[in-house]
Amino acid sequence: MKAMIKFFVAIVALIIALNASAAADLEVNTPGINTIKQSMQARHAQLAAHYGSGAVGITADGMIALRDAGVVPLPQRQAVNALVAAENNDRNALYAEIANANGHPEWQAEIRSTFAQRWVERAQPGWWVQSGGAWKQK
Amino acid sequence: MRKNLIVVPLAALALSACVTINIYFPAAAAEKAADKIIDEVWQTQQDKPAAKEAK
Repeated sequence: MKAMIKFFVAIVALIIALNASAAADLEVNTPGINTIKQSMQARHAQLAAHYGSGAVGITADGMIALRDAGVVPLPQRQAVNALVAAENNDRNALYAEIANANGHPEWQAEIRSTFAQRWVERAQPGWWVQSGGAWKQK
Repeated sequence: MRKNLIVVPLAALALSACVTINIYFPAAAAEKAADKIIDEVWQTQQDKPAAKEAK
């Protein structure tokens, strides 16, 4: 009987330890995530200027949007629109990929809202971010 | 048989506790992961030491 209790306690301790280690970090180092990350990183070189000019802003739902087309010269507008669309595609894929990589596809919405908060929080001074439905300059 | 009366409910309890822990979204870990990815995408590692706050 005593041995059985000891065994049981050991099993519980093992389960707790496994849970703790599983919960400590989210897996973000998969080939799928890295591919999306690199594509976003390359695109950021082009997008940074538009964040700075206020043409593109960071939305409250973890995406980006064309905020003020007026500051973009007409011939470039199409290209900026394409950049925004491509970036949002990548972001959607990124959130889904992180949820899937961690075996919880249902976490996608929470991952998106976590990212949304962090993108806004980390935005550089002068960039525009959406908060409570209105645009605000950092 | 008597042993089973104790072990089976306890094992069930342990398993359910395990499942309960795992269905919760790990918010702190997600924040850390988000910061890591944002650092890489925006290349802001050097001038943003505040990113470490989630640790």
